[in-house]
Order: sequence, then C-alpha cells, then structure tokens
Amino acid sequence: MVPLSYYLILSAILFTLGVAGFLFKRNIVTIFMSVELMLNAVNLTFVALSYSLRQLDGQIIVFFVMVIAAAEAAVGLAIIITVFRNRESLNVDRIDLMKL
Amino acid sequence: MYQLLFFVFAGAAVGFAINLLLQRHPIHSALSLIGVMASLASLYLMLGAEFIAAAQIIVYAGAIMVLFVFVIMLLNAGEEERTQRSRFAKYLGLPLILLLVTSMAAVIYRQVPQDAMVRFGDFPGRTADIGRRLFLNYLLPFEVVSIVILVAIIGTVVLARKDSETEGPGKAVVSEK
Repeated sequence: MVPLSYYLILSAILFTLGVAGFLFKRNIVTIFMSVELMLNAVNLTFVALSYSLRQLDGQIIVFFVMVIAAAEAAVGLAIIITVFRNRESLNVDRIDLMKL
Repeated sequence: MYQLLFFVFAGAAVGFAINLLLQRHPIHSALSLIGVMASLASLYLMLGAEFIAAAQIIVYAGAIMVLFVFVIMLLNAGEEERTQRSRFAKYLGLPLILLLVTSMAAVIYRQVPQDAMVRFGDFPGRTADIGRRLFLNYLLPFEVVSIVILVAIIGTVVLARKDSETEGPGKAVVSEK
C-alpha cells in the first residue's frame, strides 16, 4: 500500500524535471523531449486521480493526451527538420531571428 | 511488496529523467526518455490502468520515440554546445526549480487526504468499460481528435516536404507541381 500523495509528488517531481530541461537545455530536440516528459507527468496525475476517484474518465483523458502528443510530436519534428534545413543548427541560441 | 515495486519504478523514472537532463548527446536523452516512459507504464499497471499502460508502451515508447530517434539520426545531431549567456539561469535556476517542486508538493499535501491509499487490484479499470465510455460519452471529442490528427498529417507533410526549385518552406505551399 502506498499513499496516493506519493504518486502525485512523483508526478510533480517529473514535471519539474521537464520544466528544468525545457529551460536549461540548448538543443531543440532535447527541449522537445522535455515537453514530452511534462506531458507524461500530467498523465500520471490523471491516472492516479482516476484510481482515487474510482472513475474511468481520467484514463480517457490520458488517452486523448496521448493522441494529441503524437500529433504534436509529428508536427514539431517536421518544424525542427525545416528549421535545421534553413539554419544548419539545432542550438536554440542561434535560432533567434524570425527572418534569415 | 507493492511499496517496494513503487519505489523501484518511481526511482527509475526520476533517475532516467535526471539522466535526460545531464546527458549532452540527444540520442542518450532520447533513450533515457524511453526509460522514463517504461517506468511510468509499470506505475500505470500498478494503478490498475492496463489499457493506458499498453498504450503508453505502444504509442509513447514505440511510435513517438521512434520518431524522435529517427529525426536525431536524420539531422545527425551532435553534442550539445554549452553557452554561458544567462547568468540568471546559472545562479537562480536551481533554487527556482526547487521552489517550484516544493510549492507543488505543499499543495498536494494540503489537498490530498492522508488516508487515501493505493492498493493493487482495488480498482479494475476494465478496458471494455473504457471503450464503452469512449464511444458513448466521449464520442464528439473522439471525432474532433480524428480531425486534429488529419490536420497534423497534412501539416507534417507540407512542412517536411523537400522542394528543389524554391528555397524556404513558406514557398513550398505555393509551388504546386
């Protein structure tokens, strides 16, 4: 038996690590992976609260989050490929102009 | 036993996430993220969410991460360059991150009742019930999500298309052959 709050605090820790990665990393692909980490942390919260409330709606929302995450990953990676083709760099400090 | 398994998988998830931050090469970060997702799938199983656990492995650790690894290899992404631009992040970053996690933990401790326990097998979230609810109560969001995916497919194809005549992705839409 584990208290429910352990799950929620684990989720908070993972979310914070995602925020840290988003802010500290300089590679655009790794920044994108940090966003995925944050989405996963939120999913854990949904599943834990779905267990606690004995309702399946949380799991269905997680399902939708996964679908949106897949679509977001596909579009985001396409944008990254386009940016790399134009800038020849993945470092976000060098991608700081809207126009070439 | 349950407690032991929880701490093993929770420790693995946090360890892999920290490794994601510390690794300089994107491919190592991607492999760490797969580890995080596998640990989270085990935690979902322990919470009685078999369908979500399977979908986590198939969709996240399978499809999405394959996409990431594919892009990393396609772009031949090398080691991350270190830049020392922000002194603010250097000195205040870690304290602010710790402040964020402690404030979230404080809110959780205040809001969640202390006697709420998680026991294995207590809540069998049956996959059949999820499907029934998905197609009865959540039918409209389901259809909207399918449109979102269609738009995402079209957007991805347009964005990632390589055009030989014009340069720049903006013109790719105009130059239909």
